[in-house]
Formats: sequence, structure tokens, C-alpha cells
Amino acid sequence: MRRTALAIALVLLAALPFWVGNAYYTNIAAQILIYAIFALGLNVVVGYAGLVSLGHAALFGVAAYAGAVLVNAGQGHLVVVLGSCGVTISVAAIFAVLALRGTGLGFVMITVALGQIVWGVAYRWISVTNGDNGVSITARPSPFGLSLATAPAFYWAVFVVFLAAVGSMAVFVGSPFGASLRGTRDQPRRMTALGYNVWLIRFLAFLLSGFWSGVAGLLYLYYNQFISPQAVALTASAEVLLMVISGGTATLLGPIAGAALVVIIKNVASAYIERWNFVLGAIFVAIVIFMPEGLVPGTVRLWRWTAAELRSRGAARTAEAAPRERTP
Amino acid sequence: MNLWLVLAINSITLAGLLFLLSAGFSLIFGLMRIPNLTHGSLLMLGAYFGVSLIGWGVGFWAAAVCAALGVALFGGFVERALLRRLAGAELAQVLVTLGLSFMIADVCLMLWGGDPVAVDTPAAARGSTLLFGTAFPTYRLVIIAIAVVIAAALWAMLDRTRLGAMIRAGVDDPAMARAVGIRVSHLFTIVFALGAGLAGFAGVIGGPILSVYPGLDQDMLPLALVVVILGGSGSLVGSLVGSFVVGFLYNFGQAVFPELAYVILFLPMLIVLVVRPRGLFGRAAP
Repeated sequence: MRRTALAIALVLLAALPFWVGNAYYTNIAAQILIYAIFALGLNVVVGYAGLVSLGHAALFGVAAYAGAVLVNAGQGHLVVVLGSCGVTISVAAIFAVLALRGTGLGFVMITVALGQIVWGVAYRWISVTNGDNGVSITARPSPFGLSLATAPAFYWAVFVVFLAAVGSMAVFVGSPFGASLRGTRDQPRRMTALGYNVWLIRFLAFLLSGFWSGVAGLLYLYYNQFISPQAVALTASAEVLLMVISGGTATLLGPIAGAALVVIIKNVASAYIERWNFVLGAIFVAIVIFMPEGLVPGTVRLWRWTAAELRSRGAARTAEAAPRERTP
Repeated sequence: MNLWLVLAINSITLAGLLFLLSAGFSLIFGLMRIPNLTHGSLLMLGAYFGVSLIGWGVGFWAAAVCAALGVALFGGFVERALLRRLAGAELAQVLVTLGLSFMIADVCLMLWGGDPVAVDTPAAARGSTLLFGTAFPTYRLVIIAIAVVIAAALWAMLDRTRLGAMIRAGVDDPAMARAVGIRVSHLFTIVFALGAGLAGFAGVIGGPILSVYPGLDQDMLPLALVVVILGGSGSLVGSLVGSFVVGFLYNFGQAVFPELAYVILFLPMLIVLVVRPRGLFGRAAP
């Protein structure tokens, strides 16, 4: 049942450019996948490690800026990818060392401050980042000679990376490392007592998270062929955090659903009103207050509750089955 | 006048404004244990209130006080209506303040437009004052004087009054404070409104120096964060020292390394985080 659903979803996603048949919507689908990769990366820290980062747009932006500078320096695709990932992981390591000096709200505050530093560099270090005007690249690089210029070609390239991201997340969640990371989230003291190095586990998780954020940042650069300080701002960090939280933290599907939700609302909203930030803020407040566990777990809970309710009513009406003890 | 002296006086002025901003931020953090991410927006809101009031013919100082009261009321309302519903869930509270800051920024952009607004220096404080044989810009001296007076008043309030004692008890041990009959939730509202009012006031009197523009909130919030990480949360002395460090680094950094001034600003914060994560004057780990 699950496998069939998964297979159908995969086929539908892979064939999306055919049944959508429109470059505009294919591009929106590519955007959703890029942000889904980003949200999956952030979810490692927010969901599985229980550390809320409000500075992840900085890692996303560092990857994009590094990629843009390398492309403009005339480097080939391989150098761009390796260089960009290398720079991002180094920055993520610095972030992790500093931010892991605090936990809980200390961690939040430090990541905000670190994110703002990177934003300040992007905005003011004009000789490299071109300040507010941002950096453009003239064309999408073509890895292995494949042109990514058309919307479907780019979509499929992103889709392949997306599959790799989801696959690696599934492996990570099921691995002993994933289990120990969840352990440090729920019982850090007990984990220390059991001989685990809590700091190291969190540090490695942050690097993994930074890596996927960087991959998403590089794809974002390829998609827009442009990067500006806006992509690094606190708003951008908040947007991706909203994707993770709205979809449901510490789930695989949640960040993907959240990314789809936010990107679609953003595109729909910006067609009618220009007040996207207001909408973003309002959704944030509403979700935190009314559906704190996120949309996917919230819907699942609602679905199970409704199903259990219907079943028990059916049982009561016919009064034939013995009451079954089933915890939802 | 000597360039370095000008920089020094500008630094002290900025430090004064930052103190008004971060004292409230620090008290809110100390008492409610949340970094209030709307704090920059409250300053901007106060500044825009001030701009409108002055536009309607209200005097500068009256506008500053009215704007401060308006922002304090707004802050109290936010605490009562939104943060109170999430009592105990600190992370949710932080996220609500973040969402709110985006909404405030967008509403300000909608109501007051995207162009920077210059605020005129009040007539009585224009020109310069001769002090120790050197001419200083009067308005900056006035700001410094106001900051000193408010710092002294805050200290007296926290250290000498019953309310201050209750707030200190709430910062030190909220559970115990509740147990001895202090209504800590009332203190939350009072402190949040007080911090908001101070931020709004700083926005108006900072107007002639910083000018008022969309994005002022995003420029000021990190400065308040750095001040509190540096000084330690819930400590008035910490805010004062942190404000001075940030004020000086910001102005001197901009004069010496214009492109990297913003980064230099964060260096002492990084050093403090590595050496003493709770901040220079903080007691418990954040």
C-alpha cells in the first residue's frame, strides 16, 4: 500500500513536465523541489537535533555566492560544485562551533547573529558580492555536457538531486547515527552518561544540514542565475523554518509538504498582493498558535481521530463487535 | 574638530541609543527567557509614530513621549493577547515575535512608504555647545544626557523600589517568586510594555541621527542581540557596557574598514561566546 503510493508519487513527479506541459508551472515545481531540499537539510537540525536555527539562509547564500564567483571566474561545473560545497561546509563548521556554545534559545540567538553577519558581508563587501545589486551568472552550467537551459531539463536535474536528498535522509533517519541524534534531542544527559559525545553528534548533524542547505543554494543560483543579499536575510531563514515547522518537524514528508505549501502560497499571493512578508508573518503566527505540531502530523492526527470516531460509531450502531482497545 | 573626537562623540551617542533599545530587550530576556525579535520593529514603529505626530504639528519631545506610550501600549497588548497564550512554550513565543516583526515591517512600508524620512533636530538643540574648549553638537549631548538619566532611573527602579525587587526576584527564580505571592505574569506585561516603550522612545529621539526608513528594524535588532550576548541577559550593567562596546566598534569600524564594519561589530560577540558564553555580566547560562 505504502509502496504503491510511493511508486505512484515518484512516477507522477518524474513525469511532471509532461502532464503539466507549461514552463511556468514546471519552474514552480523546480522551485518547490529546491526548497524541499533546503527544508530537509534544516529539518536535520530543527527536527532531529531539536536545535532551532534562524541562520540557515546564510549557508544557502554562501553556497550560491561561492558558486556565482567561481562560475564568473570561468571555472567548470565540477570545480564550481566542489568549491561551493567545500566553502559551505567550512562555514557550517564555524557556525556549528559557535552556535553549539548554547542550546535552546541561546542557540537561536547565536544563529540569528551569525546569519546577520553573513548578510552584512553580502550587503557591504561590494568588491566581491556587488552589494545590493547581487551577482549574476550568464548561463546555467551544463554538467556532463547536458544543457539545463529549458525548464523540463532543469526540473529533471533538480529532481535527481532531490531524490538523492530524500534517500540520504531516509538512510540517515534509520541509521544508528540518526537514533543517537534523536537521543541527544530528548535526553542529552542520559546520552552523555551512556558515553556518547553529544557535542560531536550535534556538530556532525549541523554539517549534514549545512551540506544540503548548500546544495539547495547552488541549485537556487542555477535556477535564477542570480544571487542577492535578499536570499541571505533573516526573512529567508524564517521562510525555510516556516516550511519545516508548518509541514511538521522530524518527519520526512513534512518539510517537503511545507516547502510546497510556502512556495505555492508565495506565488499565488504575489500574483494578487505585494504584501508577501505580511502573509508570511501571519501564517507563522497562526501556525504556531493553532497547529504547533505542523500540518502533516496535524492532518494525520485529525485523520486518525476521524477514522477512529467513525469506526467506534459504526461499532456502537451495530453493537456486534466487542470493544477493541486500539490506541490511535 | 578632531576626527577621532567626532567619532568618539558619535560612538557615545549611538551607545546611548543602543542602551535604551537593549535595556528593555535584556530585561525581557532575563524575565521571560525569550529573545524578543520584534524589538527592532518596536523601535521602527516608535520612530514612524514620532514622524507622523511631528507631521501633525506636535512638538518633538511631546511626540517622543506620545510615541513611547503608544508603543508601550502596543507591546502590552502583544504580550497579553499573543505571548500569554503560549506561556511556557518559549520557542513558540520567539516564533510569534518573529512573525509579528515581519507583519509590523510590512504595515510600516504600507502606511509610510518606502522612502527614508529625515527627522529635523528639535530647534532648541540645534547648533553646537562649547565644552572644555571644544565645540560639540548639542543634540548628541542631549541624547547622551537622556540616556544617562534613563539609565539612572532604571537602576533606581530595579534596585530601590518594590516593583524592581519583584522583577529581580522574577529574573532570578520565577517559580520561587510565584510561590511567595508575586504575580509574575503581571510583571511580564509590565516589563514587556516598558521595554517596548523604551525602544519606541529611542526610535524617535534617534530619528535625527539614524533617519527613519524601512529596514531600520533589521539594522537595529542584531545590534541589540550583540549587546545582550556581550553583556549577558537581564543585567543592566551588561547592557550599558555592551552598548558602549558596540557603539564604539560600529563608528570606528566604519571609519577604518568601511566594507567590513558590520563584521567587526560581531567579533567581540564571537570572542565572548567562545570564552564566556553567558555574557560578561550574565549569571546563569542563557
